[in-house]
Amino acid sequence: MARYILTRLLSLLISLTVASAVIFALIEIIPGDPAAFMLGINAQDDTIAALRAELGLDTSPLERYFGWVSGMVTGDFGTSYTYRTPISEMIAERLWISLPLALIALALSTLIAFPVGILAASKRGSLTDTIVMGFTQLGVAIPNFWFAMLMVLVFAINLRWFSAGGFPGWDEGLFTGLKALTLPAISLALPQASILARVMRSALVDTLDEDFMRTARAKGLNRRQAIQRHALRNAMIPVLTIIGLQFSFLLAGAIIIENVFFLPGLGRLVFQAISQRDLIVVESVVMLLVFAVIVVNFAVDIAYVLVDPRLRRQG
Amino acid sequence: MKTNRNLVVGAALTGFFTIAALISFLWVPYDIEALNIADRMKTPSFSHLLGTDHFGRDILSMVMIGARTSIAVALVAVGIGMGLGVPLGLAAAARKGSLLDELIGRGNDLVFAFPSLLIAILITATFGPSALNAIIAIGIFNVPVFARLTRGSALSIWKRDFILAARVSGKNSAQISVEHILPNLSSLLIVQGTIQFSLAILAEAALSYVGLGAQPPTPSWGRMLADSQTMISLAPHLALAPGLAIVFTVLGLNLLGDGFRDVFDPRLRRGRT
Repeated sequence: MARYILTRLLSLLISLTVASAVIFALIEIIPGDPAAFMLGINAQDDTIAALRAELGLDTSPLERYFGWVSGMVTGDFGTSYTYRTPISEMIAERLWISLPLALIALALSTLIAFPVGILAASKRGSLTDTIVMGFTQLGVAIPNFWFAMLMVLVFAINLRWFSAGGFPGWDEGLFTGLKALTLPAISLALPQASILARVMRSALVDTLDEDFMRTARAKGLNRRQAIQRHALRNAMIPVLTIIGLQFSFLLAGAIIIENVFFLPGLGRLVFQAISQRDLIVVESVVMLLVFAVIVVNFAVDIAYVLVDPRLRRQG
Repeated sequence: MKTNRNLVVGAALTGFFTIAALISFLWVPYDIEALNIADRMKTPSFSHLLGTDHFGRDILSMVMIGARTSIAVALVAVGIGMGLGVPLGLAAAARKGSLLDELIGRGNDLVFAFPSLLIAILITATFGPSALNAIIAIGIFNVPVFARLTRGSALSIWKRDFILAARVSGKNSAQISVEHILPNLSSLLIVQGTIQFSLAILAEAALSYVGLGAQPPTPSWGRMLADSQTMISLAPHLALAPGLAIVFTVLGLNLLGDGFRDVFDPRLRRGRT
């Protein structure tokens, strides 16, 4: 077990190192000098040079890379070129929208997918199964940003139950904040729930045919008990994998949805930073998201072993 | 029976949009570069079957040309994924356990660890928004999908007797990979290719929705949706046509993939989807 965690930890560190190098290199390729961009076209050469020195742009790429990484490890993400404020503050502020959004969407997706997948699997081949799977087939095919637009049309413009976009801030109260995140979270969650429900169903269908299920029934458990106590646990491996992948998708997918609803989250921060050539912000936000994804995948790997002790031996 | 239905419906939907895209090369109902402000934001009628947009352009014509953009981007992106991923997977399987195998495996893990959309945004932001950069961004994420699938399936084929026979007849691993392994993987690759195709259509739509895909005046479904967003309360029909086009194309490809899988692998026919 310890060895398994250790090897996973090592590959986590390697992934993080390579990921940071790739992101840094990509940003390095972007043409244009941020200092010149910040000062505008009329800037004097010596002013630009002074700003470059202030931003640390006159050092070698390798020095800048190590400066960036060591800063991030200590929580110092540097200073935004455009706003001249610490990036860590900007990120912390935006994270209070993006993270709850992704988590609510993940919770919704799981809450919808589990019962739907279990229902379809236990009634395999029936009309219910066909209808439910037909809906999930449709759910997989719908782009979440289009679904979001339709929800705005129905629930914000026609029914006026929700606002069409924007975020009032958590200061206005938990309910107001959650209300503003409701439509975005549903738009993010529904296509993901369809995928998860399909995975849940096929994983369960696989285990329902196993010998241990027959044994469980022979021991006197009814169908429901047998599914709850034996089949579900065995079907969890593929389901967990997808939930892990979905979290990363939801964090990144939120970028698009935040644009539909004009939510001032990390996604909008990235887009604004790209258009303002605030590259250091882009770099840091992307790295943070990749970090979150890699760590979540690591957690999923560990969760496998907890769910299925058989995997421990394979290390 | 279900098998045939998936395949037929899938092929019909996919065929419909492919044919629409092909026809658009020869003919579209209206010239989409001619603006006609007098006819702007018209609801569907006989002269404009899907209505007109805020510049008075015919939406049917734009959806047809948009199909071309979506299909072309997705096709090339999946082509890149297959073109690079399959040889890498074959090589990794042929040299199982070697440094090459290890490198390909770790490289795949790494690409998988990135949230694809985020990196696609980063790539298009770095190199500028264009259809070509969208293709590259989507294509990169298809490489590990095909490499992993190819390696896994090729490994099991390498253990078969007819491979041993080919070895005895003096063929080297490259020849065996191409002449014996690859043909046995073709059905699997077609199924996966269809699924990746549908994902690529969705990815292209998302990228062009945020302005990082095909640039105006080239119509694309995602771009049309972005344009329609501010006018959705006035003219909801602007958002319907391109949205439904994406849904039906993706649905068609997914059904087609399921159908192919059922046909190629009858063992999976019952129960699983």
